[in-house]
Amino acid sequence: MSTGNFDNWDGNVLDIGPIYPFVGYEGLMVILCIVFWVGWHVIQMRMENAELDAEARALKQPGNLAKAVHDEHTPERM
Amino acid sequence: MGTEFGALNVIFTEFYYWVTVVMMFLIHVGFCTYEVGVSRRKNHMKTLMKNAMVIPVVGVTFYLFGWWFYSAMVNGPGITGGIVTARFAEPWNELMGAHLGGKPAGSDITEADTALWARLNGVFWAAFLLFSWTTASIVSGSIIERVRSGAFWLIAVMLGSVTWIIDAAWGWHPAGWMVQILGYHDAYASGVVHAIAGGTCLAVLINLGPRIGKFRPDGTPRNIPPQNPWLVCIGLFLIYTGFWGFYAACNIPIFDIQAGDGVFYSATNIYLQATTLSAITFNFIMALCGGLMAAYVMSKGDPYWTFSGGLAGVIAASAGNDLYHPIQAMFVGAIVVAVIYKLHFWVERRFKIDDAVGAVAVHGYAGFLGVCVAGVLLWGYPSSPDALLGHAEPWPQITPWGNFAGAVIMFWVLGFIPGYALSWILKHFGLLRIPREVELAGLDHTGFATVAREDDEMRAVLAREAQAPAE
Repeated sequence: MSTGNFDNWDGNVLDIGPIYPFVGYEGLMVILCIVFWVGWHVIQMRMENAELDAEARALKQPGNLAKAVHDEHTPERM
Repeated sequence: MGTEFGALNVIFTEFYYWVTVVMMFLIHVGFCTYEVGVSRRKNHMKTLMKNAMVIPVVGVTFYLFGWWFYSAMVNGPGITGGIVTARFAEPWNELMGAHLGGKPAGSDITEADTALWARLNGVFWAAFLLFSWTTASIVSGSIIERVRSGAFWLIAVMLGSVTWIIDAAWGWHPAGWMVQILGYHDAYASGVVHAIAGGTCLAVLINLGPRIGKFRPDGTPRNIPPQNPWLVCIGLFLIYTGFWGFYAACNIPIFDIQAGDGVFYSATNIYLQATTLSAITFNFIMALCGGLMAAYVMSKGDPYWTFSGGLAGVIAASAGNDLYHPIQAMFVGAIVVAVIYKLHFWVERRFKIDDAVGAVAVHGYAGFLGVCVAGVLLWGYPSSPDALLGHAEPWPQITPWGNFAGAVIMFWVLGFIPGYALSWILKHFGLLRIPREVELAGLDHTGFATVAREDDEMRAVLAREAQAPAE
Protein backbone atom coordinates (compact mmCIF):
# COMPACT_ATOMS: atom_id res chain seq x y z
CA MET A 1 0.00 0.00 0.00
CA SER A 2 1.38 3.40 -0.96
CA THR A 3 -0.43 6.67 -1.45
CA GLY A 4 2.53 8.02 -3.44
CA ASN A 5 3.50 7.61 -7.07
CA PHE A 6 6.96 6.05 -6.61
CA ASP A 7 8.60 3.31 -4.57
CA ASN A 8 11.95 4.69 -3.44
CA TRP A 9 14.29 7.67 -3.73
CA ASP A 10 17.19 5.61 -5.06
CA GLY A 11 16.30 5.21 -8.73
CA ASN A 12 16.77 7.67 -11.56
CA VAL A 13 15.60 11.08 -10.33
CA LEU A 14 14.32 11.85 -13.82
CA ASP A 15 11.70 9.16 -13.32
CA ILE A 16 10.19 11.07 -10.38
CA GLY A 17 7.47 13.56 -11.26
CA PRO A 18 4.73 14.53 -8.81
CA ILE A 19 5.56 13.69 -5.19
CA TYR A 20 2.25 14.40 -3.46
CA PRO A 21 -0.11 11.61 -2.44
CA PHE A 22 -3.06 10.45 -4.56
CA VAL A 23 -1.73 11.45 -7.97
CA GLY A 24 -4.56 11.07 -10.49
CA TYR A 25 -7.22 12.47 -8.15
CA GLU A 26 -6.45 16.14 -8.82
CA GLY A 27 -9.83 16.73 -10.49
CA LEU A 28 -11.65 15.50 -7.40
CA MET A 29 -9.47 17.69 -5.18
CA VAL A 30 -10.28 20.72 -7.33
CA ILE A 31 -14.02 20.01 -7.02
CA LEU A 32 -13.67 19.74 -3.23
CA CYS A 33 -11.71 23.02 -3.25
CA ILE A 34 -14.46 24.79 -5.21
CA VAL A 35 -17.14 23.47 -2.85
CA PHE A 36 -15.08 24.61 0.15
CA TRP A 37 -14.53 28.07 -1.34
CA VAL A 38 -18.14 28.72 -2.43
CA GLY A 39 -19.49 27.16 0.76
CA TRP A 40 -17.30 29.42 2.85
CA HIS A 41 -18.68 32.55 1.17
CA VAL A 42 -22.27 31.33 1.62
CA ILE A 43 -21.76 30.50 5.29
CA GLN A 44 -19.84 33.72 5.94
CA MET A 45 -22.47 35.95 4.32
CA ARG A 46 -25.32 34.24 6.19
CA MET A 47 -23.39 34.55 9.43
CA GLU A 48 -22.58 38.21 8.87
CA ASN A 49 -26.13 39.10 7.80
CA ALA A 50 -27.62 37.40 10.86
CA GLU A 51 -25.09 39.09 13.14
CA LEU A 52 -25.67 42.55 11.68
CA ASP A 53 -29.47 42.14 11.69
CA ALA A 54 -29.47 41.07 15.34
CA GLU A 55 -27.15 43.89 16.24
CA ALA A 56 -29.25 46.48 14.44
CA ARG A 57 -32.39 45.20 16.17
CA ALA A 58 -30.70 45.39 19.58
CA LEU A 59 -29.42 48.87 18.91
CA LYS A 60 -32.88 50.05 17.91
CA GLN A 61 -34.17 49.31 21.43
CA PRO A 62 -34.66 52.55 23.37
CA GLY A 63 -31.45 53.86 24.83
CA ASN A 64 -29.13 51.20 23.41
CA LEU A 65 -27.79 53.18 20.52
CA ALA A 66 -26.98 56.13 22.74
CA LYS A 67 -25.18 53.81 25.17
CA ALA A 68 -23.19 52.21 22.37
CA VAL A 69 -22.23 55.50 20.79
CA HIS A 70 -21.05 56.74 24.16
CA ASP A 71 -19.06 53.54 24.61
CA GLU A 72 -20.87 52.42 27.75
CA HIS A 73 -20.76 48.75 26.78
CA THR A 74 -17.58 47.58 25.16
CA PRO A 75 -16.10 44.10 25.15
CA GLU A 76 -12.83 45.54 26.50
CA ARG A 77 -14.56 46.66 29.70
CA MET A 78 -15.79 43.15 30.44
CA MET B 1 18.10 21.39 -15.84
CA GLY B 2 20.15 19.66 -18.54
CA THR B 3 23.42 21.53 -17.81
CA GLU B 4 25.02 22.70 -14.60
CA PHE B 5 24.46 26.34 -15.54
CA GLY B 6 20.88 25.66 -16.58
CA ALA B 7 20.20 23.86 -13.30
CA LEU B 8 21.79 26.63 -11.24
CA ASN B 9 19.85 29.26 -13.18
CA VAL B 10 16.53 27.52 -12.52
CA ILE B 11 17.29 26.95 -8.84
CA PHE B 12 18.54 30.52 -8.41
CA THR B 13 15.42 31.86 -10.13
CA GLU B 14 13.24 29.70 -7.89
CA PHE B 15 14.99 31.05 -4.80
CA TYR B 16 14.91 34.63 -6.13
CA TYR B 17 11.13 34.64 -6.52
CA TRP B 18 10.68 32.87 -3.21
CA VAL B 19 12.57 35.73 -1.52
CA THR B 20 10.46 38.32 -3.34
CA VAL B 21 7.34 36.61 -1.98
CA VAL B 22 8.63 36.85 1.58
CA MET B 23 9.49 40.53 1.08
CA MET B 24 6.15 41.29 -0.53
CA PHE B 25 4.34 39.75 2.41
CA LEU B 26 5.36 42.93 4.24
CA ILE B 27 3.10 44.88 1.88
CA HIS B 28 0.10 43.05 3.28
CA VAL B 29 1.32 43.50 6.84
CA GLY B 30 1.74 47.20 6.06
CA PHE B 31 -1.71 47.57 4.54
CA CYS B 32 -3.33 45.87 7.56
CA THR B 33 -1.36 48.05 9.98
CA TYR B 34 -2.08 51.22 8.04
CA GLU B 35 -5.78 50.49 7.65
CA VAL B 36 -6.28 49.72 11.33
CA GLY B 37 -4.37 52.91 12.18
CA VAL B 38 -6.74 54.98 10.05
CA SER B 39 -9.93 53.37 11.38
CA ARG B 40 -11.59 54.57 14.55
CA ARG B 41 -11.22 52.45 17.68
CA LYS B 42 -14.78 51.16 17.48
CA ASN B 43 -13.95 49.50 14.15
CA HIS B 44 -10.40 48.19 14.69
CA MET B 45 -10.94 44.44 14.86
CA LYS B 46 -13.39 44.14 11.99
CA THR B 47 -11.14 46.37 9.89
CA LEU B 48 -8.18 44.09 10.56
CA MET B 49 -10.13 40.93 9.76
CA LYS B 50 -11.54 42.40 6.56
CA ASN B 51 -8.08 42.88 5.09
CA ALA B 52 -6.43 39.83 6.68
CA MET B 53 -8.99 37.49 5.12
CA VAL B 54 -8.00 38.71 1.66
CA ILE B 55 -5.15 36.23 2.03
CA PRO B 56 -7.32 33.09 1.91
CA VAL B 57 -10.18 34.26 -0.30
CA VAL B 58 -7.89 35.56 -3.02
CA GLY B 59 -5.31 32.83 -2.39
CA VAL B 60 -7.75 29.98 -3.04
CA THR B 61 -9.33 31.59 -6.09
CA PHE B 62 -5.97 32.55 -7.54
CA TYR B 63 -5.07 28.89 -7.30
CA LEU B 64 -8.34 27.80 -8.92
CA PHE B 65 -8.43 30.22 -11.84
CA GLY B 66 -6.40 33.43 -11.36
CA TRP B 67 -3.05 32.00 -12.35
CA TRP B 68 -4.53 30.34 -15.43
CA PHE B 69 -5.93 33.69 -16.66
CA TYR B 70 -2.43 35.17 -16.89
CA SER B 71 -1.19 32.76 -19.51
CA ALA B 72 -4.50 31.92 -21.17
CA MET B 73 -5.84 35.44 -21.84
CA VAL B 74 -2.87 37.14 -23.51
CA ASN B 75 -4.76 37.44 -26.82
CA GLY B 76 -7.88 38.94 -25.26
CA PRO B 77 -9.16 36.38 -26.30
CA GLY B 78 -10.46 37.43 -29.70
CA ILE B 79 -8.11 40.37 -30.32
CA THR B 80 -4.84 38.80 -31.44
CA GLY B 81 -5.94 35.18 -31.19
CA GLY B 82 -7.83 32.71 -29.06
CA ILE B 83 -7.39 31.32 -25.56
CA VAL B 84 -3.84 30.08 -25.09
CA THR B 85 -3.33 26.58 -23.72
CA ALA B 86 -1.63 26.76 -20.32
CA ARG B 87 -1.67 23.25 -18.89
CA PHE B 88 0.85 24.09 -16.14
CA ALA B 89 -1.60 26.63 -14.69
CA GLU B 90 -4.72 24.44 -14.68
CA PRO B 91 -5.54 23.66 -11.05
CA TRP B 92 -5.91 19.94 -11.75
CA ASN B 93 -2.52 19.73 -13.45
CA GLU B 94 0.27 17.89 -11.64
CA LEU B 95 2.52 20.94 -12.06
CA MET B 96 0.22 22.86 -9.69
CA GLY B 97 1.64 20.73 -6.87
CA ALA B 98 4.86 19.38 -5.43
CA HIS B 99 6.85 18.02 -8.38
CA LEU B 100 10.48 17.05 -8.93
CA GLY B 101 10.50 17.84 -12.64
CA GLY B 102 10.99 14.32 -13.92
CA LYS B 103 8.69 12.10 -15.95
CA PRO B 104 5.12 13.43 -15.97
CA ALA B 105 2.41 11.22 -14.51
CA GLY B 106 -0.21 12.42 -17.02
CA SER B 107 -0.20 12.57 -20.79
CA ASP B 108 -1.24 16.22 -21.13
CA ILE B 109 2.24 17.61 -20.44
CA THR B 110 5.73 16.74 -21.64
CA GLU B 111 9.04 16.18 -19.90
CA ALA B 112 10.11 19.59 -21.20
CA ASP B 113 7.10 21.11 -19.38
CA THR B 114 7.97 19.45 -16.11
CA ALA B 115 11.65 20.37 -16.41
CA LEU B 116 10.76 24.04 -16.83
CA TRP B 117 7.80 24.46 -14.51
CA ALA B 118 8.31 22.07 -11.60
CA ARG B 119 10.55 24.51 -9.74
CA LEU B 120 9.15 27.77 -11.03
CA ASN B 121 5.38 27.35 -11.09
CA GLY B 122 4.78 27.70 -7.37
CA VAL B 123 7.03 30.72 -6.88
CA PHE B 124 5.71 32.52 -10.00
CA TRP B 125 2.15 31.77 -8.86
CA ALA B 126 2.90 33.14 -5.40
CA ALA B 127 4.63 36.28 -6.72
CA PHE B 128 1.59 37.11 -8.84
CA LEU B 129 -0.69 36.22 -5.94
CA LEU B 130 1.07 38.79 -3.78
CA PHE B 131 0.27 41.42 -6.43
CA SER B 132 -3.33 40.20 -6.23
CA TRP B 133 -3.45 40.74 -2.48
CA THR B 134 -2.08 44.24 -3.04
CA THR B 135 -4.87 45.16 -5.48
CA ALA B 136 -7.51 43.93 -3.03
CA SER B 137 -5.84 45.64 -0.07
CA ILE B 138 -5.86 48.95 -1.93
CA VAL B 139 -9.66 48.77 -2.16
CA SER B 140 -9.99 47.52 1.40
CA GLY B 141 -8.57 50.67 2.96
CA SER B 142 -10.72 53.13 1.07
CA ILE B 143 -14.05 51.58 2.09
CA ILE B 144 -13.46 51.00 5.81
CA GLU B 145 -16.01 51.49 8.59
CA ARG B 146 -19.18 50.96 6.54
CA VAL B 147 -18.77 48.07 4.09
CA ARG B 148 -19.90 44.52 4.82
CA SER B 149 -16.87 42.22 4.94
CA GLY B 150 -18.63 39.57 2.83
CA ALA B 151 -19.28 42.10 0.07
CA PHE B 152 -15.69 43.26 0.13
CA TRP B 153 -14.39 39.71 -0.14
CA LEU B 154 -16.44 39.13 -3.30
CA ILE B 155 -15.02 42.36 -4.73
CA ALA B 156 -11.55 41.16 -3.68
CA VAL B 157 -12.01 37.90 -5.58
CA MET B 158 -13.18 39.77 -8.68
CA LEU B 159 -10.26 42.20 -8.60
CA GLY B 160 -7.54 39.93 -7.23
CA SER B 161 -8.29 36.76 -9.16
CA VAL B 162 -10.03 37.97 -12.32
CA THR B 163 -9.76 41.55 -13.53
CA TRP B 164 -6.23 42.51 -12.50
CA ILE B 165 -4.73 39.27 -13.74
CA ILE B 166 -6.53 39.67 -17.07
CA ASP B 167 -5.04 43.15 -17.37
CA ALA B 168 -1.64 41.61 -16.58
CA ALA B 169 -2.15 39.10 -19.39
CA TRP B 170 -3.06 41.95 -21.73
CA GLY B 171 -0.44 44.53 -20.83
CA TRP B 172 2.15 42.90 -18.60
CA HIS B 173 3.11 39.79 -20.52
CA PRO B 174 5.72 39.60 -23.31
CA ALA B 175 2.98 38.45 -25.69
CA GLY B 176 0.06 40.51 -24.35
CA TRP B 177 -2.19 42.03 -27.01
CA MET B 178 -1.79 45.55 -25.59
CA VAL B 179 1.98 45.25 -26.02
CA GLN B 180 1.53 43.87 -29.53
CA ILE B 181 -1.00 46.45 -30.74
CA LEU B 182 -0.60 49.53 -28.54
CA GLY B 183 3.09 49.26 -27.67
CA TYR B 184 1.95 49.47 -24.04
CA HIS B 185 4.79 49.82 -21.54
CA ASP B 186 4.26 49.58 -17.78
CA ALA B 187 7.34 47.88 -16.37
CA TYR B 188 6.61 48.08 -12.62
CA ALA B 189 2.85 48.09 -12.77
CA SER B 190 1.68 51.72 -12.41
CA GLY B 191 -1.35 50.76 -14.44
CA VAL B 192 -1.69 47.01 -14.18
CA VAL B 193 -1.73 46.96 -10.38
CA HIS B 194 -2.36 50.49 -9.13
CA ALA B 195 -4.59 52.17 -11.71
CA ILE B 196 -6.96 49.22 -11.92
CA ALA B 197 -7.22 49.01 -8.14
CA GLY B 198 -7.86 52.76 -7.95
CA GLY B 199 -10.57 52.53 -10.61
CA THR B 200 -12.27 49.73 -8.70
CA CYS B 201 -12.02 51.76 -5.47
CA LEU B 202 -13.72 54.75 -7.07
CA ALA B 203 -16.55 52.61 -8.43
CA VAL B 204 -17.21 50.89 -5.12
CA LEU B 205 -17.04 54.18 -3.23
CA ILE B 206 -19.74 55.68 -5.45
CA ASN B 207 -22.15 52.84 -4.70
CA LEU B 208 -21.15 52.60 -1.05
CA GLY B 209 -21.46 56.27 -0.13
CA PRO B 210 -19.60 58.24 2.53
CA ARG B 211 -19.28 57.43 6.23
CA ILE B 212 -21.98 58.98 8.41
CA GLY B 213 -20.89 62.47 9.31
CA LYS B 214 -18.19 62.79 6.68
CA PHE B 215 -19.97 65.66 4.94
CA ARG B 216 -21.66 68.65 6.54
CA PRO B 217 -25.21 69.56 5.51
CA ASP B 218 -23.77 72.16 3.12
CA GLY B 219 -21.71 69.41 1.42
CA THR B 220 -18.28 70.42 2.65
CA PRO B 221 -16.16 67.53 3.97
CA ARG B 222 -15.18 67.01 7.58
CA ASN B 223 -11.73 65.66 8.32
CA ILE B 224 -11.80 62.27 10.05
CA PRO B 225 -8.15 62.03 11.12
CA PRO B 226 -6.35 58.70 11.51
CA GLN B 227 -7.02 57.16 14.91
CA ASN B 228 -3.36 56.20 15.33
CA PRO B 229 -0.91 58.20 13.17
CA TRP B 230 2.05 56.14 14.44
CA LEU B 231 0.49 52.91 13.21
CA VAL B 232 -0.33 54.55 9.88
CA CYS B 233 3.26 55.65 9.35
CA ILE B 234 4.70 52.28 10.39
CA GLY B 235 2.26 50.63 7.99
CA LEU B 236 3.42 52.82 5.14
CA PHE B 237 7.07 52.14 5.99
CA LEU B 238 6.29 48.43 5.82
CA ILE B 239 4.66 48.94 2.43
CA TYR B 240 7.77 50.78 1.23
CA THR B 241 9.90 47.85 2.41
CA GLY B 242 7.70 45.26 0.75
CA PHE B 243 7.71 47.36 -2.40
CA TRP B 244 11.36 46.35 -2.94
CA GLY B 245 10.19 42.78 -3.23
CA PHE B 246 7.44 43.94 -5.57
CA TYR B 247 10.02 45.55 -7.88
CA ALA B 248 12.31 42.52 -7.77
CA ALA B 249 9.39 40.23 -8.58
CA CYS B 250 8.66 42.28 -11.71
CA ASN B 251 12.08 41.26 -13.05
CA ILE B 252 13.51 38.02 -14.35
CA PRO B 253 16.90 37.72 -12.66
CA ILE B 254 19.00 35.93 -15.32
CA PHE B 255 18.09 35.77 -18.97
CA ASP B 256 20.09 35.56 -22.20
CA ILE B 257 19.24 38.87 -23.85
CA GLN B 258 21.52 38.50 -26.86
CA ALA B 259 19.44 37.95 -29.99
CA GLY B 260 21.07 35.67 -32.57
CA ASP B 261 24.61 34.37 -31.97
CA GLY B 262 26.36 34.90 -28.68
CA VAL B 263 25.24 34.92 -25.08
CA PHE B 264 24.73 37.89 -22.75
CA TYR B 265 23.06 37.37 -19.42
CA SER B 266 21.12 40.16 -17.75
CA ALA B 267 18.13 40.84 -15.62
CA THR B 268 15.07 41.73 -17.65
CA ASN B 269 11.75 43.33 -16.92
CA ILE B 270 8.48 41.44 -17.34
CA TYR B 271 8.58 42.03 -21.12
CA LEU B 272 11.98 40.25 -21.32
CA GLN B 273 13.56 43.62 -22.15
CA ALA B 274 16.97 44.11 -20.56
CA THR B 275 17.30 46.19 -17.43
CA THR B 276 19.38 45.99 -14.25
CA LEU B 277 18.64 45.89 -10.55
CA SER B 278 20.91 48.94 -10.25
CA ALA B 279 18.74 50.90 -12.67
CA ILE B 280 15.53 50.21 -10.81
CA THR B 281 17.17 50.81 -7.43
CA PHE B 282 18.32 54.29 -8.51
CA ASN B 283 14.89 55.08 -9.81
CA PHE B 284 12.86 53.59 -6.97
CA ILE B 285 14.70 55.67 -4.40
CA MET B 286 14.70 58.89 -6.41
CA ALA B 287 10.99 58.57 -7.18
CA LEU B 288 10.35 57.97 -3.48
CA CYS B 289 12.38 61.11 -2.68
CA GLY B 290 10.44 63.19 -5.20
CA GLY B 291 7.12 61.96 -3.90
CA LEU B 292 8.00 62.57 -0.26
CA MET B 293 9.33 66.08 -0.90
CA ALA B 294 6.36 67.16 -2.99
CA ALA B 295 3.83 65.69 -0.57
CA TYR B 296 5.54 67.33 2.39
CA VAL B 297 5.21 70.74 0.79
CA MET B 298 1.68 70.17 -0.54
CA SER B 299 0.36 68.87 2.80
CA LYS B 300 2.40 71.32 4.89
CA GLY B 301 4.25 68.48 6.58
CA ASP B 302 1.26 66.28 7.38
CA PRO B 303 2.82 62.84 8.14
CA TYR B 304 -0.11 60.87 6.74
CA TRP B 305 -0.04 62.58 3.35
CA THR B 306 3.74 62.85 3.24
CA PHE B 307 4.17 59.11 3.64
CA SER B 308 1.35 58.43 1.18
CA GLY B 309 3.00 60.84 -1.24
CA GLY B 310 6.24 58.87 -1.09
CA LEU B 311 4.33 55.78 -2.10
CA ALA B 312 2.49 57.65 -4.84
CA GLY B 313 5.81 58.98 -6.17
CA VAL B 314 7.12 55.45 -6.64
CA ILE B 315 3.82 54.34 -8.19
CA ALA B 316 3.88 57.26 -10.63
CA ALA B 317 7.39 56.51 -11.88
CA SER B 318 6.97 52.73 -11.91
CA ALA B 319 5.71 52.45 -15.50
CA GLY B 320 9.07 53.64 -16.82
CA ASN B 321 11.46 52.96 -13.96
CA ASP B 322 13.31 50.35 -15.99
CA LEU B 323 14.50 53.08 -18.37
CA TYR B 324 14.25 56.51 -16.70
CA HIS B 325 17.18 58.54 -15.46
CA PRO B 326 16.96 58.83 -11.66
CA ILE B 327 16.36 62.60 -11.82
CA GLN B 328 13.55 62.03 -14.30
CA ALA B 329 12.07 59.47 -11.90
CA MET B 330 12.30 62.01 -9.09
CA PHE B 331 10.49 64.73 -11.05
CA VAL B 332 7.83 62.31 -12.29
CA GLY B 333 7.21 61.31 -8.67
CA ALA B 334 7.15 64.89 -7.42
CA ILE B 335 4.94 66.39 -10.13
CA VAL B 336 2.41 63.56 -10.17
CA VAL B 337 2.13 63.67 -6.39
CA ALA B 338 1.40 67.41 -6.47
CA VAL B 339 -1.35 66.78 -9.03
CA ILE B 340 -2.97 63.84 -7.28
CA TYR B 341 -2.99 65.62 -3.92
CA LYS B 342 -5.06 68.46 -5.39
CA LEU B 343 -7.20 66.02 -7.36
CA HIS B 344 -8.06 64.00 -4.24
CA PHE B 345 -9.55 66.97 -2.43
CA TRP B 346 -11.26 68.32 -5.54
CA VAL B 347 -13.00 64.99 -6.19
CA GLU B 348 -13.91 64.68 -2.51
CA ARG B 349 -15.60 68.10 -2.50
CA ARG B 350 -17.12 67.94 -5.97
CA PHE B 351 -18.49 64.38 -5.96
CA LYS B 352 -18.78 63.67 -2.19
CA ILE B 353 -16.44 60.70 -2.43
CA ASP B 354 -15.27 59.53 0.99
CA ASP B 355 -12.01 57.70 0.35
CA ALA B 356 -10.80 56.99 3.89
CA VAL B 357 -7.15 56.42 2.95
CA GLY B 358 -6.81 58.38 -0.28
CA ALA B 359 -6.36 55.15 -2.23
CA VAL B 360 -8.01 56.41 -5.41
CA ALA B 361 -5.48 59.23 -5.53
CA VAL B 362 -2.36 57.41 -4.34
CA HIS B 363 -2.92 54.33 -6.49
CA GLY B 364 -5.52 55.19 -9.09
CA TYR B 365 -4.64 58.71 -10.24
CA ALA B 366 -0.89 58.24 -9.68
CA GLY B 367 -0.94 54.94 -11.58
CA PHE B 368 -3.01 56.38 -14.43
CA LEU B 369 -0.82 59.47 -14.77
CA GLY B 370 2.36 57.41 -14.40
CA VAL B 371 1.42 55.28 -17.41
CA CYS B 372 0.60 58.41 -19.44
CA VAL B 373 3.90 60.08 -18.50
CA ALA B 374 5.84 56.95 -19.50
CA GLY B 375 4.19 57.13 -22.92
CA VAL B 376 5.63 60.62 -23.39
CA LEU B 377 9.09 60.18 -21.82
CA LEU B 378 9.70 56.83 -23.53
CA TRP B 379 8.16 57.85 -26.85
CA GLY B 380 9.76 55.85 -29.67
CA TYR B 381 11.39 53.18 -27.51
CA PRO B 382 10.76 49.64 -28.73
CA SER B 383 7.97 48.08 -26.68
CA SER B 384 9.64 44.68 -26.71
CA PRO B 385 12.85 42.97 -27.93
CA ASP B 386 11.48 41.82 -31.27
CA ALA B 387 14.42 39.75 -32.48
CA LEU B 388 14.83 38.02 -29.13
CA LEU B 389 11.16 37.08 -29.03
CA GLY B 390 11.13 36.07 -32.70
CA HIS B 391 8.44 38.46 -33.93
CA ALA B 392 7.87 38.24 -37.68
CA GLU B 393 7.23 42.00 -37.80
CA PRO B 394 8.44 44.52 -35.21
CA TRP B 395 5.79 45.42 -32.63
CA PRO B 396 4.77 49.08 -32.18
CA GLN B 397 6.96 51.55 -30.39
CA ILE B 398 5.95 53.14 -27.10
CA THR B 399 3.78 56.21 -27.78
CA PRO B 400 1.79 58.72 -25.71
CA TRP B 401 -1.46 57.57 -27.28
CA GLY B 402 -0.67 53.86 -26.85
CA ASN B 403 0.03 54.28 -23.16
CA PHE B 404 -2.93 56.65 -22.72
CA ALA B 405 -5.23 54.03 -24.23
CA GLY B 406 -3.65 51.48 -21.92
CA ALA B 407 -4.22 53.69 -18.87
CA VAL B 408 -7.89 54.07 -19.83
CA ILE B 409 -8.23 50.30 -20.18
CA MET B 410 -6.64 49.74 -16.77
CA PHE B 411 -8.48 52.41 -14.75
CA TRP B 412 -11.85 52.55 -16.48
CA VAL B 413 -12.45 49.40 -18.54
CA LEU B 414 -11.04 46.75 -16.19
CA GLY B 415 -11.06 48.75 -12.96
CA PHE B 416 -14.09 51.02 -12.77
CA ILE B 417 -16.72 49.19 -14.87
CA PRO B 418 -16.53 45.72 -13.25
CA GLY B 419 -16.18 47.32 -9.81
CA TYR B 420 -19.23 49.48 -10.38
CA ALA B 421 -21.29 46.55 -11.72
CA LEU B 422 -20.51 44.20 -8.84
CA SER B 423 -20.92 46.80 -6.10
CA TRP B 424 -24.19 47.99 -7.71
CA ILE B 425 -25.55 44.40 -7.62
CA LEU B 426 -24.47 43.96 -4.00
CA LYS B 427 -26.05 47.30 -3.10
CA HIS B 428 -29.37 46.36 -4.69
CA PHE B 429 -29.45 43.09 -2.74
CA GLY B 430 -28.75 45.01 0.48
CA LEU B 431 -25.39 43.31 0.89
CA LEU B 432 -22.96 46.20 0.41
CA ARG B 433 -23.34 48.45 3.43
CA ILE B 434 -23.78 47.71 7.12
CA PRO B 435 -26.94 48.93 8.94
CA ARG B 436 -26.90 52.56 10.03
CA GLU B 437 -27.16 51.70 13.74
CA VAL B 438 -24.15 49.39 13.54
CA GLU B 439 -22.13 52.03 11.73
CA LEU B 440 -22.95 54.55 14.45
CA ALA B 441 -22.12 52.14 17.26
CA GLY B 442 -19.06 50.72 15.52
CA LEU B 443 -18.46 47.35 13.94
CA ASP B 444 -16.66 46.00 16.99
CA HIS B 445 -19.83 46.42 19.01
CA THR B 446 -21.38 43.41 17.31
CA GLY B 447 -22.90 41.23 19.98
CA PHE B 448 -24.05 44.42 21.69
CA ALA B 449 -27.15 42.85 23.18
CA THR B 450 -25.17 40.02 24.78
CA VAL B 451 -22.39 42.30 25.92
CA ALA B 452 -24.83 44.78 27.40
CA ARG B 453 -26.69 42.11 29.35
CA GLU B 454 -23.48 40.53 30.62
CA ASP B 455 -22.11 43.95 31.50
CA ASP B 456 -25.17 44.67 33.64
CA GLU B 457 -24.85 41.27 35.32
CA MET B 458 -21.17 41.90 36.02
CA ARG B 459 -21.93 45.29 37.56
CA ALA B 460 -24.48 43.66 39.87
CA VAL B 461 -22.00 40.92 40.87
CA LEU B 462 -19.28 43.48 41.59
CA ALA B 463 -21.68 45.60 43.62
CA ARG B 464 -22.69 42.56 45.74
CA GLU B 465 -19.06 41.55 46.24
CA ALA B 466 -18.15 45.09 47.28
CA GLN B 467 -20.81 45.02 50.02
CA ALA B 468 -19.92 41.52 51.29
CA PRO B 469 -17.70 41.40 54.45
CA ALA B 470 -14.03 40.63 53.83
CA GLU B 471 -12.89 37.09 54.83
